[in-house]
Amino acid sequence: MTALVAAAAASVTIGSRDVDWSDVVAALGGSSETLAEAAVTKRIPRTLLAVVVGGSLAVAGAVMQGVTRNPLADPGILGVNMGASLAVLVGIAWFGLTAPSTHIWVGIAGAGISAVFVYAVGSLGRSGATPLKLALAGTATSAAFASFITAVVLPRGDISDRFQSWRVGGVGGASFDTIVLAAPFFVAGLLVCLACARGLNSLALGDDVAAGLGERVAITRGAAAFGAVVLCGAATAIAGPISFVGLVVPHLFRMLTGVDHRWLLPLCALGGASLLTAADVVGRVVARPSEIDVGIITALIGAPFFIHVVRRQKLRAL
Amino acid sequence: MLLVLAVLVLVALAANLMVGRTFYPPGDVVSVILGQDVAGASFTVGRLRLPRAVLALLVGLCFGLGGVTFQTMLRNPLASPDIIGISLGASAAAAFAIVTLQVDGPVVSALAITSGLGVAMLIYLLSFRDGVAGARLILVGIAVALMLESVISYLLEQAAAWDFQEATRWLAGSLNSAHWGDVVPTLVALVVLGPVLLASGRHLDLLQLGDDTASALGVRVERTRVVAIVAAVGLVAFATAAAGPIAFVAFLSGPIAARLIGPGVSLLVPSALVGALLVLVADLAGQNAFDHRYPVGVVTGVLGAPYLIYLIVRSNRTGGSL
Repeated sequence: MTALVAAAAASVTIGSRDVDWSDVVAALGGSSETLAEAAVTKRIPRTLLAVVVGGSLAVAGAVMQGVTRNPLADPGILGVNMGASLAVLVGIAWFGLTAPSTHIWVGIAGAGISAVFVYAVGSLGRSGATPLKLALAGTATSAAFASFITAVVLPRGDISDRFQSWRVGGVGGASFDTIVLAAPFFVAGLLVCLACARGLNSLALGDDVAAGLGERVAITRGAAAFGAVVLCGAATAIAGPISFVGLVVPHLFRMLTGVDHRWLLPLCALGGASLLTAADVVGRVVARPSEIDVGIITALIGAPFFIHVVRRQKLRAL
Repeated sequence: MLLVLAVLVLVALAANLMVGRTFYPPGDVVSVILGQDVAGASFTVGRLRLPRAVLALLVGLCFGLGGVTFQTMLRNPLASPDIIGISLGASAAAAFAIVTLQVDGPVVSALAITSGLGVAMLIYLLSFRDGVAGARLILVGIAVALMLESVISYLLEQAAAWDFQEATRWLAGSLNSAHWGDVVPTLVALVVLGPVLLASGRHLDLLQLGDDTASALGVRVERTRVVAIVAAVGLVAFATAAAGPIAFVAFLSGPIAARLIGPGVSLLVPSALVGALLVLVADLAGQNAFDHRYPVGVVTGVLGAPYLIYLIVRSNRTGGSL
């Protein structure tokens, strides 16, 4: 059953690439072979980036939902992506960081700081981190970061273009170099998350039960959160803040395959990769000859899904 | 206190007219307003600063009034139109009309108000499930706001030339393109809809006691609610069509006014004044306090978002409502 789902997810990914290539060839039908080839060679790193970023965000979302035991957790909604963006932007604008490798470090640092901040704000009070409190803290933090980002960018005409393609999230500017640079971070983050999968299953039973089962709760939680932060920090540093992938994919696979994180996380990686690649393809196809940034597509798909999850939840009145 | 607020608003208005790259003394400003010709000041004050300051005053009043109406009615400060997406709905429609369709005037206002009402209704329907829980309404509104932000980004990207100023106007709010053509519809909206809200102010306050109590006290609950929603959305939509959804003004005015005035008094007029004061001071600061000129929405955003976080921290810690 799960293998089937995995295969389906993988075939979606490959299928969307295939469609894409034939599309390109068809669109350039009259023109020379080399032009089509050039278009395709530009698209290979782009697709690869969409796969990597989508997978990372989905795994990060699944881990965050597990760590916080909160169905609304998502790197975008919790403000973590915005924190990474702000950190990278401040690095570019004020400290003259130009090398993409430093962007990734700075992005991960920013993601970590904002994750800790949002969780601290959201879990204040007796009832702990309820979905509503976390989502509100994340939204408020996102709004604050977004305002600071605008304030930093506005006087700087030289960086506003780069900022723009960033703000809505883009995989269009992909190159093999950036992917290779970021690859160790993705691999490391993914491995940490996968290693925590068993622990996340115990955490899902509640802290007391998990401790009774011999789980070191604080360590598991910290390690898993660290892995998720590395994943979404690196993803944001190279593709900009992309919301809702981390929300939608884990919920879908939890419905399909159940809640065992050992299966859930790898499936989320595949599913997130498929979703973001498909969203990118849709963005390229719908608004021809121009493109819609993939971040816009995921927001349009993801926000209704978020509303659906909210409607299903029994929320404590504020 | 009310009087102090009104005086502060007037002082801020006067400061916005006098201060700028060149300073004009009050005498010059008064003679320009009276229609006399003063070298230099006639253009700078009469053409640039006057419409800008008047528009700042008007949209501040509109946002303050519209915001506090929602907050009072839904008994929750987070339910202000700029947080649950209503302002962004109006903004998306206005951006669509101006940037994509390239129309202006009444069409923009009409689209903005239709879209604002549509979004308000959509949020209400989506969060309706055995009654509307405040928390659900806010979360649904946040999601709708995120979606509308994407729509605005898309509209602006499709426009002929990406213009960061224009984007700031529709995403954060700006007075940079203020002219008399924007002032007139906003003024009309305020003159027509403001009194409607003020007239139902007492009933709105009674609604806070709960629907049953309010109707026992002689309030026609549903009618009051519909009138208030339409009037408040109208104010917010007209102001947004003119200056964009100036970040956090609608959200901040009510809580600040409540702090200043204290309990037991209608907050409508005080928060309208606080809203006007916020916009005027933020624009004055954005224009003059820094090396670069910042649009008013960026200033209110940088100030307002931390305040929102503070409110959340405080309410989480005490466990009470915001």
